[in-house]
Amino acid sequence: MKPRKVKVQKSGLDAPSAKVWRLRLYVAGQTPRSLTAFENLQRICETHLRKNYRIEVIDLVEHPHLSKGDQILAIPTLVRKLPQPMRKIIGDLSDTEKVLVGLDLIPSPCPISTTVNTP
Amino acid sequence: MKKAHLKPIPTAPHLPKAPTGIKGLDEITEGGFPRGRPTLVCGGAGCGKTLLAAEFLVRGAVEFGEPGVFIAFEETEAELKANVASLGFDFAGLVRRKKLLVDYVRVERSEIQETGEYDLEGLFVRLNLAIDSIGAKRVVLDTIEGLFAALPNEAILRAELRRLFRWLKDKAVTAVITAERGRELLTRHGLEEYVSDCVILLDHRVNEQIATRHLRVVKYRGSLHGTNEYPFLIGDDGISVMPITSLSLNHPVSSERISSGIERLDAMLGGRGFFRGGSVLVTGSPGTGKTSVAAFFAQAAVRRGERALFFAFEESPNQILRNMQSIGLRLEPWVKRRVLQFHAARPTLYGLEMHLVTMFKEIIAFRPAVVIVDPMTSLLAAGSESETRAMVTRLIDFLKARQITTLFTSLVDGGSSLQQTEVAISSLMDSWLLLQNIESDGERNRGLYVLKSRGMAHSNQIREFVISGKGIDLVDAYIGPGGMLVGAARAAQSSRDKAAALASQQNALRRRRTLERKHTAVERQIDLLRSEYQAEQREARRADNQDAMRTRVVSADRTELAFIRHADAQKTVNPRPNSNSRKNKP
Repeated sequence: MKPRKVKVQKSGLDAPSAKVWRLRLYVAGQTPRSLTAFENLQRICETHLRKNYRIEVIDLVEHPHLSKGDQILAIPTLVRKLPQPMRKIIGDLSDTEKVLVGLDLIPSPCPISTTVNTP
Repeated sequence: MKKAHLKPIPTAPHLPKAPTGIKGLDEITEGGFPRGRPTLVCGGAGCGKTLLAAEFLVRGAVEFGEPGVFIAFEETEAELKANVASLGFDFAGLVRRKKLLVDYVRVERSEIQETGEYDLEGLFVRLNLAIDSIGAKRVVLDTIEGLFAALPNEAILRAELRRLFRWLKDKAVTAVITAERGRELLTRHGLEEYVSDCVILLDHRVNEQIATRHLRVVKYRGSLHGTNEYPFLIGDDGISVMPITSLSLNHPVSSERISSGIERLDAMLGGRGFFRGGSVLVTGSPGTGKTSVAAFFAQAAVRRGERALFFAFEESPNQILRNMQSIGLRLEPWVKRRVLQFHAARPTLYGLEMHLVTMFKEIIAFRPAVVIVDPMTSLLAAGSESETRAMVTRLIDFLKARQITTLFTSLVDGGSSLQQTEVAISSLMDSWLLLQNIESDGERNRGLYVLKSRGMAHSNQIREFVISGKGIDLVDAYIGPGGMLVGAARAAQSSRDKAAALASQQNALRRRRTLERKHTAVERQIDLLRSEYQAEQREARRADNQDAMRTRVVSADRTELAFIRHADAQKTVNPRPNSNSRKNKP
């Protein structure tokens, strides 16, 4: 499975009442890290969001002008467009718990801004 | 190989440079920033980093035809435009014409969660797009350290920055990266480690309540550069770093002489005044007429058709104009015709270096032939003595290199020795006039003398310096047995002298008349004596004749008597040894 320009993975449009999560994954070329990130994202979404999500993959190598809109610096960056507010998660999404915190799927153990970032 | 030594020594291969166009900076860096390489500009808050970077871009776009990209991490595009526009740059216009591109990179720590490995490819992509879209040759990253606040993983960030600078080099853009000054390091996050080609440090210091910005080239690999701290100024037309003055003392000299504006003073200076391009110091205690001398000098310049620039640190221009009018010097018409310009500022308004930069700017803009600094000593208030001296040295060098004649006035305390206080500065001066108060007989008068004047035979006399409604005049002071007399005493003495001279003249006349009279009397006496003598002479002659007559008669009588006595008259002419008869013989 390779991330392409825009890839709609799966939509849970069959349940209109449910909140649809719109996620955007920015990558730059098909690097191993991008692939890891994409796989991790898919796994987390399947597990925690079931079908109510939509993933867009944007390759900045092909569409460099798109980097400006979401203020993308780091690659890969996952942007939660919906629900509001916007969230950004950078990295290959290997730490599932942090991704969940970042996506607000589980409450943060402490405020994000003061998260201790020791690996 | 044998011929090698005959060839001129090859100059070192020139490091290609991108001129900044910033006044003075290109001189310090000998041509600008290293072309195609990143330059780090670091400094504390408010010392002008962003402005320097922006000016580098704008001037590059306007003057050197090199489009530029400004990646802002701190200010939005609108903020940046407003800030830069306040300095007279048409930022928006340049952006419209695609000469400039501003990209605001917003990074918000609170929005970002970090999970696992990442890189900054997004920034690279963005930068690449920006550079390629306008064909940029120059890039500014202001302030990239903003990333350290936003991205928590410093290890990744450092590796990525290293890669970024490498990438910028490969991209062959001349980049300026700004960074905050760190406590111990040059930058807070040690960016100087990555940017090794050129590092410039800006600094904003407050010394005795006067703030001055300084610029220093900390390092410039492969190039000569000035190593000093150079003050710089953010003016209405951008940054000007103080132009470097070579202290090499090889400025051109002129043997042309120019008038001091005071005729008698010219006469004292070998008859022809000062040398063009010379520096003149006028020292004096308060109220000795330093400003007046300066004003006359300025007037002489404008009358010759030259321009004069008057730096007033004590009085406002209007006050000077009014005061000079009181001594018969009308400078206003010259000011109106823009050949005489005043620049007045309180010495404490800003730092010494700022004064110097301002003066340089004014001089460059006005291109005067004559510059007056009145008084130089006021600048001491804005800096220490050594700083002032350094400043005056620079100023003099700058002016001499431009063949501008300068007149500095210098105020000395009434009490201290006139010559001692200015020793430091006087050695820089070509001519030194001293104005002195001479107190005597209950009045105060001004005296002027030429303490030194290089390269000309000058008078060693003290002249009285008279300021009146008609201007300045130098009067020979009365120097007599009683010392030097000035003012009323001189006037009194000279009238006394006049009286004495008159009296002696009259005496002489009288003496001559007496003599003449005596002469006539003597002549008369001589005549009398002579006529007496002549009368006596006549008398004597008459008596002689009578005597002779009588003798003849007696002798005849005797002969007759002898005849009568029958004496042998023939034989015995003298029968008796008669003395009488023999004597009376004819």
